[in-house]
This record gives sequence, C-alpha cells and structure tokens, in this order.
Amino acid sequence: MINQLSWKVGGQQGEGIESTGEIFSIALNRLGYYLYGYRHFSSRIKGGHTNNKIRVSTSQVRSISDDLDILVAFDQETIDLNYKELHDKGIMIADAKFDPKQPEDTNAALFAVPFTEIATELGTSLMKNMVAVGATCAVLNLDIKVFEEVVQEIFGRKGQQVVDKNMEAIQAGFDFMKEKLSDDVELMELEKADGLKRLFMIGNDAIALGALAGGCRFMAAYPITPASEIMEYLIKKLPALGGSVIQTEDEIAAVTMAIGANYAGVRALTASAGPGLSLKMEAIGLSGITETPLVIVDTQRGGPSTGLPTKQEQSDLMAMIYGTHGEIPKIVLAPSTVQEAFYDTAEAFNLAEEYQCPVIVLSDLQLSLGKQTVEPLDFSKVEIRRGKLVAEELPEIENKGYFKRFEVTEDGVSPRVIPGMKNGIHHVTGVEHDETGKPSESAANRNAQMDKRFRKIENIKFNTPVHKNAPHEDADLLIVGFNSTRGAIEESMSRLEQDGIKVNHAQVRLIHPFPTDEILPLVKSAKKIAVVENNATGQLANIMKMNVGHAEKVHKLLKYDGNPFLPHEIHTKCKELF
Amino acid sequence: MATFKDFRNNVKPNWCPGCGDFSVQAAIQRAAANVGLEPENLAVVSGIGCSGRISGYINSYGFHGIHGRSLPIAQGVKMANRDLTVIASGGDGDGFAIGMGHTIHAIRRNVNITYIVMDNQIYGLTKGQTSPRSAAGFKTKSTPQGSIEQAISPMEMALTAGATFVAQSFSTDLKDLTAIIEAGIKHDGFSLINVFSPCVTYNKVNTYDWFKENLTKLSDVEGYDNSSRELAMQTLMKHNGLVTGLIYQDTERKSYQELLSGYSETPLSQADLELDQAHFDKLAAEFM
Repeated sequence: MINQLSWKVGGQQGEGIESTGEIFSIALNRLGYYLYGYRHFSSRIKGGHTNNKIRVSTSQVRSISDDLDILVAFDQETIDLNYKELHDKGIMIADAKFDPKQPEDTNAALFAVPFTEIATELGTSLMKNMVAVGATCAVLNLDIKVFEEVVQEIFGRKGQQVVDKNMEAIQAGFDFMKEKLSDDVELMELEKADGLKRLFMIGNDAIALGALAGGCRFMAAYPITPASEIMEYLIKKLPALGGSVIQTEDEIAAVTMAIGANYAGVRALTASAGPGLSLKMEAIGLSGITETPLVIVDTQRGGPSTGLPTKQEQSDLMAMIYGTHGEIPKIVLAPSTVQEAFYDTAEAFNLAEEYQCPVIVLSDLQLSLGKQTVEPLDFSKVEIRRGKLVAEELPEIENKGYFKRFEVTEDGVSPRVIPGMKNGIHHVTGVEHDETGKPSESAANRNAQMDKRFRKIENIKFNTPVHKNAPHEDADLLIVGFNSTRGAIEESMSRLEQDGIKVNHAQVRLIHPFPTDEILPLVKSAKKIAVVENNATGQLANIMKMNVGHAEKVHKLLKYDGNPFLPHEIHTKCKELF
Repeated sequence: MATFKDFRNNVKPNWCPGCGDFSVQAAIQRAAANVGLEPENLAVVSGIGCSGRISGYINSYGFHGIHGRSLPIAQGVKMANRDLTVIASGGDGDGFAIGMGHTIHAIRRNVNITYIVMDNQIYGLTKGQTSPRSAAGFKTKSTPQGSIEQAISPMEMALTAGATFVAQSFSTDLKDLTAIIEAGIKHDGFSLINVFSPCVTYNKVNTYDWFKENLTKLSDVEGYDNSSRELAMQTLMKHNGLVTGLIYQDTERKSYQELLSGYSETPLSQADLELDQAHFDKLAAEFM
C-alpha cells in the first residue's frame, strides 16, 4: 500500500488530455484523497505537447512531486519528454496506436494498450481517454465504480447511452491492462482515504469565489492567461446577484471602469497578468491619489513583454509594489494557498474601502491554475467592512462649498461619500487637490495631502501577514517565499530536518507594506536565510534586505525557467548552503 | 427644483477669455436643470486637457481622471448607479487620439451616458500641437511644415461604429447646444455630441468667424431625416463634416443596461453585499 501517487497524462493539446486528468482527479478527490494537479501547456489551441501531472495523497499536498509513478502517453513525444521523471518501478501506459518505443535508459516498464482501438470498437475514438483511465485503475487496483458519478455528471445530458458507453470504455481499459499486468509488476494500491468531502479548485476559482463572498458586484476585465478564469466565473455568477462583468476593449478601460464603479459605490474588481498590469499602472496611480478603493488581481506569469505566457514566474513583485509613477499608498497581498486566495481576495475589498487605496492581490500561474484539494472554506470568517463610507444624511454646506472628501485626519482616512448623496458634492481629480478635491499646487497643501495619504497605511490591520512555521528558537536556516512556492518549501523543509538542519519557514502574505516586525525576529534567530522565488533577480530577497536588513545572511534561491520549484531542488540548494 | 444656477459652483475656470468651453459649461448647467436634475444626481467625468477641467466647474459630482479615459470611468460610474445621469467630457485629443479606442467601444457598447467632446482641432494645454482633428496642412509647433496626416471625421466614425445618437454643435449657439445636450441626456443609450469649441489662443485658422462661415445647420438642409443613417452619412460627406444639429438617432435599439441579463434594476451601489450562507454553500458545492 502507498500513501501517495504521482500520475501524469500527456499528449497533443486539444486531444482531451485535460478532461482525462479532470475525470481522474475529481473521482479521487471525492474519495477523500488530497490532490494537486498542475498542467503543462502552450500558448496555442491545438497541437503542441501538453500534460497534466496529478498527485494523489492521503495528506495535504501543494507541490508538484519530484518523480512519477505512472505516465499515460497518447504519443511518443509524451514518453520522450517525461520518462525521466519515472522512478525505477514506474509504469508507462501508452496507446498501442503509435507503436510506443521504450527509452533505453529507464527501468520503468512500458505497456502498450490499444486506447484508440478499444474506444473505436465501442463507438468513438473520443473515448480513448476513458480507456486510459480504466487502464490506470488496473494498476491502482481501484474499483472503476468510483468513476460512475463523475461520468454521469459529465455525459448525463448527452443521454444514458453515452454514459454507459464511457463506463464500458473504462471497464475495457481496466480489463485489458489487468490481463497484461504480470505477477512481477507491483500494483500501486493507495491506502484508503478518509472519504471526507473537500473542495477541489484552482486558485482562480478561489479568487473569484472570494470576490463574490467579499461583496464584489462588478468586474471589468480583458482576457489574458492566466487570469481569464476569474472573469469567466464571475460572468456566470454575478447576474444572479444583479451585478455584471464587462469585457472591455483593453486593459486600461478595464481598470478605469473598475475605478469608476468603485468611486460610485460598488465593490468592483479587475484582474490581469503582467502585460495587463503594465498597462494599468497609470490608472493605479489615479486610484491612489483620488483615494478610490480598487482591487486588482495580478496572476503572474513569465515575463517580460509576452515572455512565457503559460509558464510559472514571480517576477512582478517589484512592479506591483512600486509600479505607477509618483508615490501612492498601496497594499499588496500574496496568498500562498487556494484557501488563502479565497480569504485574501474577500478581505482585499475591505482593505480597499477601509484604507481607500488600491489593493493588489498577487497570485502566480502555479497558484492560479494549479488545482488542489481545499479544506471547507469558512464563510463565517468573511466580513464586510466599508471603512469611513458615509451612510447617514449630511448637513447642508453653505455657499455651495464642497464636502471635505479629502479631509486631513489623524489616521489619514477621510470620510467618503458616493455620487447621488445630497450635500456630499465634491470634486475628485488626479491633480493634487485640497480637502474638497479642488486642484491645489501649494507646497503646504501638497505636504498635507501626501502625508495624509501615506498615514493611512502606517498601521495596516491584516490578519496573519506572514504564514509562519517556526519550530526552532535558533534555526540554522530560515526559508522565505511568497505565493505558490509554499508547497515545495514545506516538503523540502521536512527533508532538511531529516538531514539534521533546523529550519524555520516564513511565507510572506502581506507583501506591502512589508511586515518587518513579523519577520525580523525570525531573521535574527536564523544563521542563514534562503529566499526562494521564481525570478532571476531575487526581488523578494532584495525587499527583505531593504526592510529587514541582515543582508549578509540572505541567499537567493532562484528559478526562472518557467517551471515551478520541485521539493528536491529546494532541498538540494539549501543543503549546499551548509 | 434646481435651476441652472444651482449647477454653478464657486470655482473660477482657468480657461482663456473667449474660450469656447465656457459656453459648453453653461449649456451643460442649463440642460441639467431643464431635464429636472438635482446637482447630486449628476456626475460629470472628464479627461485631461483644457476642457478636462470642466468637471470641476459644475456643481455636481465630478471626476477628473486621466488622459483619454473619461469614457471607461464614466461607464463604470453608470454601471454602479444607473439612477445617476452621467456626462463624460473632454477634448478632441482626449477622445479622438489617446482615448479613441474607448470612444469607438463606448459607442458600440451603448451604455446610457452622454459624451461631450469640446473640439478645438488643437492641443491647447500643452501649448499648441496638432490634434487628430487638425486639417491636413495645419501648421503647429509639432507640424511646422503643416500636418501631413488626415483629420479624423468623428461623426462618420461614430455612425460606422453603430452609434445610436450622434450630434454636433457650435459653442456660440447656446440655445441649440443646450437643446442637443438635453436630447442626449434623455436618449436611452450612448449619445455622442461633438462641439466646435474654438481655441482663441493657439488655433488661428478654425476661429469663431471661420466656423460661422463654414457650418451648415441641419435644420436648413431640406428633407433632412435624422433617423436615416444613410442620409446622415451622405450629408456629412457632402459638407465635409461641418454640420450642426442632431445628425442621427436610433430610438429602437436598447441600451446596454436594458439588454444586460440579470442587471439590477435598482442602483448596484445600494446592493446588499452580504451573501447568505445557503447561496455560498451552493457555490462552494460546485467545486466538490
């Protein structure tokens, strides 16, 4: 019996690779296993190698596994590109149709199963994916009944006959493979899971659901990888709440429309990836100086320019903190799990209204698109707090004076009224302005308004600004990361502990303003610091040095080839520090 | 009920004496009063440039945004509160150069707002460079040999983009301009109003006198029918775009908000932000 399995299915894009992985993982998730799925794909519709690597475990996993147990291949390219991940007892199950060839330098066994032929005999070659799922079940000694429910859901609307045929295809794959498996092939039977119902979602699902829960009722966005799922989800769900999504003509329209909607009192969102964020920067400055709440999601991908549009990277960090010309108060959050993506997106809307500034929810491709099992989301933890939004009637202002929308206050936050409110009339402008919003260039006013705006974020209240796992008072090593590197860091940590290295871990969740007070004690008590990040210049490491100091301890552990960190990579590189 | 004086504030415009924009400001104030608005129910969103300052000179909610982006901001405001009257405004550089993409798409989206362009065929605030509305041969600081680019024809462009309300006016004709802005506000959909608003400082060609000489009132064009897109296009081409009046109106097509399924009939800004637990549970269950 094993408690963890790594399974990968690969082929040409557009061949149904994704749905094969989907069916396999949904069924196992419902049995109570924890799953983690990561897709390798290209920026094209059809053709090109794609694969879906799925990890199944009896405990939480949030990282791609180092190696592979089973590789399901729909073409030779899949074998050639991926067989090296297989361990010695790994198994390749390949479609007999392409006459699969066994690579020389592996002990993993190759089984040719006529996926296409069996499927065609049963009615249509489209069902070859089902045959492959069935063949996998034989290796796992898994009863194919677990797929009945999922197959029913997916094909039910096409009629019972289609459902039955697909189940037959799974059965046929199972039977064929079972026959082929000889006694000397070790079955990979998973320990029984706890059977509890959990969510299975990508980060973008959680971001979108978090937005809904957090009161977002309008979104303006432009399609882009890897952010589009957020708008696609909200397009489906917002109408039931009276809201809507506008697919705008460009990224600038998306952000400025969201600013207009927020100004007029709706919680509005925009989401994009690096190229879109670059275009939105001027408008983010407008949100800052006009103190208009705004929530922006940045799902980082490989940059610069079009860069690696379907690959993992974390290189927008500095741009998100310092981007936009001039200086504005801003909040940048970086959830590191799907759960956190949900809670942080919902909370971003509160922060945006409480501090009346742009809030960027930073994600990355691995978090946004990686699909993981999620413990039930606690909706009661989601609050709606609207800060100093004025709800009560206002007194008349004499001589057509304007409402002091930008009143200089002790905490820097001014009362906010929205259009439509009697006696609340004021002006809003991206030009430096006085307390009523009228343009003013005086030095005294400039200082008063700049100071006021920056006072707002001096004492940000944010629950758990750093996810800490710090068992050691004095650690040999502190590993620091943000966003999706968390899973790989956690796995490398336990291996380093086995090597006798005392490791603490800090995953920064509130990136800006930087939670120096939270991190400093961990930095002080560690001999060395490894900052793990998917970029080439060590952006988080540099921010650490800037805010926390102790630059001599900081080591950059970088990867920028488009692929997420694997646990063994972090393990090896951290060991090299000692 | 509010009068046009209620839409005046105590801010003195920083426009040059004689600038056409003064009349546009007065016309908006009059039109707002004439259609029965209260100042708090009007939001004026403007872009950058001399004319962009207009949102600060009207006693209403005003949002002075960034260059070329008044339209998406204004559409966002309207989507958030459908009960507000929203006017977007700016110059010809704002709307037909840096913001042209938004102009075309706002036209075809047909959100129920009014867009007033103060068209002076030049960049004034940056002290006299060519604009997309400058005629070929027009000499400016940025085109010392005379512009070698073709001027944009915004009215024809609007018609081809599927506009439902296209009008043009001249800033000295306060009565006509006020009536057109009123009609634009009342139009259920996107209304584009281009106003010839001469720059007395930097444009020595397209002056008040020049416009008086060259403009044709559509009311003087025999048999003109503003419900005919074909006639509108022909007339514009014949007069090189130099006509004033309501050029075209489509009263059949519904506005974006009317067509949008599920869109709240009450202002979205007043929506209850709390989801109930059952609704949330249903959403979460879809991921199991």
